[in-house]
Amino acid sequence: MARATSPIHTRAAGFDRTLLLVLPAAMFMLLVFVYPFLHGLMLSFTPVEGGTLANYVKFFATDNLWTTIGTTLKLAMPATLINVGLAIPIAYQMRSKSPYQKWVTTILVVPITLGTVLIAEGMLTYFGPRGWLSQSLQFLHLYDGPIHLTHNYWGVLISLIISGFPFVFLLILSYITGIDPVLARAAATLGADPWQQFKQIYWPLLIPGIAMAFCLAFVQSFSVFPSAILLGAPQGPTRVISIAAYEAAFEQYDYSLASAIAMIMGFVQLIIVAFVLGMRKVFYRGPVSGGKG
Amino acid sequence: MKQDFSQLRLDQVTRRFAAAGGQTVAALDNMTLTVERGEFIALLGPSGCGKSTALNCIAGLLALSSGSIWLDDERIDMLPPEKRGFGMVFQNYALFPHMSVKRNIGFGLLMRGESGADIERKVDAVVRLVQLRGHEDKLPGQLSGGQQQRVAIARAIVIEPPLVLMDEPLSNLDAKLRLEMRAEIRRIHRDLGRTTIYVTHDQDEALSLADRIVVIKDGLVHQIAAPAEIYAQPANLDVARFMGYRNVLTLDVSAQGNGRAQLSGRGLSLQGTIKQPLGAKAAAAIRPEEFVVGDGPNGIDGKVENVEYSGRDSLLEVVTAAGLRLHVRSAVHPAVGAQVRLSVPPERVLVYPAEASP
Repeated sequence: MARATSPIHTRAAGFDRTLLLVLPAAMFMLLVFVYPFLHGLMLSFTPVEGGTLANYVKFFATDNLWTTIGTTLKLAMPATLINVGLAIPIAYQMRSKSPYQKWVTTILVVPITLGTVLIAEGMLTYFGPRGWLSQSLQFLHLYDGPIHLTHNYWGVLISLIISGFPFVFLLILSYITGIDPVLARAAATLGADPWQQFKQIYWPLLIPGIAMAFCLAFVQSFSVFPSAILLGAPQGPTRVISIAAYEAAFEQYDYSLASAIAMIMGFVQLIIVAFVLGMRKVFYRGPVSGGKG
Repeated sequence: MKQDFSQLRLDQVTRRFAAAGGQTVAALDNMTLTVERGEFIALLGPSGCGKSTALNCIAGLLALSSGSIWLDDERIDMLPPEKRGFGMVFQNYALFPHMSVKRNIGFGLLMRGESGADIERKVDAVVRLVQLRGHEDKLPGQLSGGQQQRVAIARAIVIEPPLVLMDEPLSNLDAKLRLEMRAEIRRIHRDLGRTTIYVTHDQDEALSLADRIVVIKDGLVHQIAAPAEIYAQPANLDVARFMGYRNVLTLDVSAQGNGRAQLSGRGLSLQGTIKQPLGAKAAAAIRPEEFVVGDGPNGIDGKVENVEYSGRDSLLEVVTAAGLRLHVRSAVHPAVGAQVRLSVPPERVLVYPAEASP
């Protein structure tokens, strides 16, 4: 009862002053997100020439602009699916404490500390036509032909997997370890073999978390930029939407068009995220422990 | 999976855990027990004594370090839990939070590949048995603690297991609900006659539910006997303490014979019943409720230092001239500071060898 008599709580009926703690964060959001976003939105509707929607019309009428949506999706979707698909079984294996769990987790997470550029540099040396991979394959007489894993679609995809995986893995690992292991043991006593324990217990309880991890990983992949230039073919198969925006802004100095492209980019991300989170509603969401206490 | 059996045997079951410094500690040490079909067995002991370890070993959730477990002539300790087919009720119930009550209960039947109609029929019957009608489509999170508990029991018994294992199933409930569910568990056991092994640290629960009680402490089985025997004739001082013998007096043995011992020391002279062979020193164990306020055999004088009134009787703390503190349950309610004379019949003073002083 001592808490109820503290000065802050007696005033709670009118205005809770602890709410003021939100203020710095709110100001921050307003200054670095809301204002630039609204500014960009307005800018996109005030083109250099033509009507309000001229930038958007231009985007969807120009062949090397509107196609970037498909190009980016073709990179971001597989990268996200592969990352989530790989992270689930590995994280599931890592869910219980074991001597090697710490080591595997550390090794898998290391790439998160490397910047995109560093990864790109490493990949150029390793996967390049005269890189270590190519040389060792030739040395072992496994494959003698040239290897084309850089400066094309595959280079960018591999880099997205390397840089995106640790993030997805950590997210899913935290969801999996949050599920009470007693549930699986209860299922076992009721006759569920290890596969059924995963399918009936872990999988349904994980779906909301996986959807969340998917969304975050997708948004990250969709805004790919440095690796698309360094490891891809930025004029062709990996001309992603962020490259289009960059060219509009810093090569043609058309900030208005660049803003419009950025808005379209955000809108596509929003559609995918809204769809995935909408799907989540179909499944169970709630506590992941098995009872009181 | 066996649907029925006549005996479950634990033969020198031992489970060790790694402890700090590379040592291993036996959480359960050489437990040997034979359970007959239809029996209700309680594993009783303080927390950390190894009783839950024993239950998990039987369920297959923990591997044995040594020993074996047998259902009649089939050895089962190498089987994974899903191949043993025992029903288990977990301490925190472990209900599947994403499944309705109906699906939770039907889970075991589904895993056994039973048809939808059979599952429906059996779930319906067991829902009636545990009195959960009308709650079939709720999620566990929407149920009260007592209802969750019933779902957990229903889920364990609907698969008609040869053996039901319960791990402190009532410890998360409030006192009133605990009494209700205790009666419920007793009734279900009477109706279905399923062999049950029940883990608890509550002596009242064990006494009221079980046909036989296994008292475990520090991983060792101390006594296996019917409730009445455990209550009246604890095999050793540890069991006595656990069964409510709150007064343990270490005294000198001045004479013994015919199963009786004469003890003296600290200003007292007591006659008691020998339970184990004695040395020079002995411990006399007496329940608070065995004392009588008034004159009689084994008289002890003391001063009332504290009174806890609890309705029908009071719990007194009486201190003797030599400074011994006695716990006494008394139907008369003396005032604090009053001088009283206590007595206790010699057959209710249980005499064990004194423990080596710590």
